[in-house]
Amino acid sequence: MSANKKIVIVGATSAMAEHCARLWAAGQALDLTLLGRNREKTEAVAADLRVRSPQSKVTVMEANFSDPQQIRATVDGIVAGGVPDIVLVAHGSLPDQQACQDNLALAAEAMDVNGISPALFAEAFAGHMQRVNRGTLTIIGSVAGERGRKSNYVYGAAKGLVTRYAEGLQHRLAGTNVKVLLVKPGPTATPMTAHMPQRGMASVESVAAQIVAATAKGQPVLYTPGKWALIMLVIANLPRFVFNRMDI
Amino acid sequence: MVSSWGRLGRWEHEVRPLAERAQVARQLQAGVPGLAHGMGRSYGDVCLNPGGVLWRTTGLDRFISFDQETGLLRCEAGVLLRDIQRMAIPRGWMLPVTPGTQLVTVGGAIANDVHGKNHHAVGSFGDHVRRIELLRTDGSRILCGPGEHAEWFAATVGGLGLTGVISTADIQLRRVAGPWLETETVPYTNLDEFFALSDASEADWEHTVSWIDCLSGNGRGIFLRANHCAIEGREAPVPRARTMPFVPPVSLVNKLSLAPFNFAYYNLQKSRAGKGVAHYESYFYPLDNLHEWNRMYGPTGFYQYQSVVPRAVGRAAVQAMLEAISDSGEGSFLAVLKTFGEREALGMLSFPQPGVTLALDFPNRGERTLRLFERLDAIVAEAGGRIYMAKDARMPRALFEAGYPRLAEFLQYRDPGISSAMSRRLMGK
Repeated sequence: MSANKKIVIVGATSAMAEHCARLWAAGQALDLTLLGRNREKTEAVAADLRVRSPQSKVTVMEANFSDPQQIRATVDGIVAGGVPDIVLVAHGSLPDQQACQDNLALAAEAMDVNGISPALFAEAFAGHMQRVNRGTLTIIGSVAGERGRKSNYVYGAAKGLVTRYAEGLQHRLAGTNVKVLLVKPGPTATPMTAHMPQRGMASVESVAAQIVAATAKGQPVLYTPGKWALIMLVIANLPRFVFNRMDI
Repeated sequence: MVSSWGRLGRWEHEVRPLAERAQVARQLQAGVPGLAHGMGRSYGDVCLNPGGVLWRTTGLDRFISFDQETGLLRCEAGVLLRDIQRMAIPRGWMLPVTPGTQLVTVGGAIANDVHGKNHHAVGSFGDHVRRIELLRTDGSRILCGPGEHAEWFAATVGGLGLTGVISTADIQLRRVAGPWLETETVPYTNLDEFFALSDASEADWEHTVSWIDCLSGNGRGIFLRANHCAIEGREAPVPRARTMPFVPPVSLVNKLSLAPFNFAYYNLQKSRAGKGVAHYESYFYPLDNLHEWNRMYGPTGFYQYQSVVPRAVGRAAVQAMLEAISDSGEGSFLAVLKTFGEREALGMLSFPQPGVTLALDFPNRGERTLRLFERLDAIVAEAGGRIYMAKDARMPRALFEAGYPRLAEFLQYRDPGISSAMSRRLMGK
């Protein structure tokens, strides 16, 4: 096993993941594996990290994110070189709710990439981490997974799946040295949300800084920015007759 | 709704983010005239395109390569100067030229051909760019630099984003011993002393600049000069960022506050006169840790007026401008006076030229402020000077055409799919 901290990022071209990687790479030599669906995009992220952290080893892998067998094989391949200290599962894409309602294939694809695929990656890594009894598995969920809303329940349902899956992994791994962190970002200014009104959105830099800090601490849940814990507590507990009148 | 740093207004734009290098060329071909927009730190309308498209470049923020031996950096155009400094300085390299904020993109620094306190020593930002990739809205791609399509390069450096979208740049960094500067603070009581200090400092000091008390008719101020130096083992200060939390209902810079502030600032700096040591971030970018400081000018925003006039008439022109400002009672404590070196900038529309440059903020008080600018314009025009477009929101077209004699040459290189509020105001389209 290499002496440098080993970090694997699934969905490394997501803006949140890229900024987490920059923070991890600042000031320490890493053994970093970037997993992406598009090699060219992922290579651009890797080149940037190599400039920021010339002492780190950055490896790019391209993978199909929706094939369970490929997910298993990819993860096993990565782990063969040593079980990672940190795994960040960050991929996702914000679907158009109306388009998903009209086209079930789009809905299925959205639920797969935002829900099933992250859960399967987490599952595949969790087994290896449990075997060596160490490591931190950080999974990006969303506040959208807390309560279904008409404006984005396809995405919300997928992120709700991630929430339940992470809870289950936390339950299973309680009492071991493996930590599972579920991150629930509020609306964050990234290319994924660029078409939406930007007012009140958190900066991706601040969200990434909180994810990196929470990963180091090994806490179970992170709302980022923190105010979303309170907002979602209220939203999730609103009586239905109030909630149903809200246009959200 | 997007505004620029001067906060003179907010305008409807369709903002389209550019985040993936390989997709940019395709994104630019969408038909509507657009404009590249980075951090929006230019003061006036050079970065705005009301009713049209803004291609936001801040997502193009990746380094591509850095050669530790030669100091040549290749990066995407949305990379912030701050990130280059923080990456390179620990490795013994830094940007040769930076403006008074490092929170600007590489693309913006090239398009405005920004300058720093060391213009007399090293020129402006464009002098250190070796090559850029320029993407045009017709789908073409032009690699240009000082020795390769040099005419495209000269049009694009200082070209206000109007020749195409810069997607990547190669920048030659300079060696530096570390983050520290040895500094000296010298008060002066009139313009003759300022010019004498400038002349005496240019050979031995890389960085020179001065704060000038714009209310003191005869031009007293504080001259600051600095050189890079090596200091081992000194801890960098931990920056403490603050944010101007709200827009006050009236400008905090006003007749009541200005005179006492300038009096206090002058005397405080005078008491600190002499040599010192400073960290580059606090020395070069003192306002970067006061986020959204532009809010202090209140809801109507502010103008910055920056001119350069030739050295031969500089003394008289600066004196005349200070008198006009003092008469009007307008003005601000952010007032900077600096000499430029004896070198012509390479860009067709670059601002720096040999002479002396005066930059001042003015809270926007409507007609009164604009009337003062007309008086200042007359002084600049008579002196054969020009106004800095990165700061401008209102200069008349005649002054623009007189100040930038290479305009006709520049216009041949414009991208017809690109337009800005400034280009429509000063170039007709």
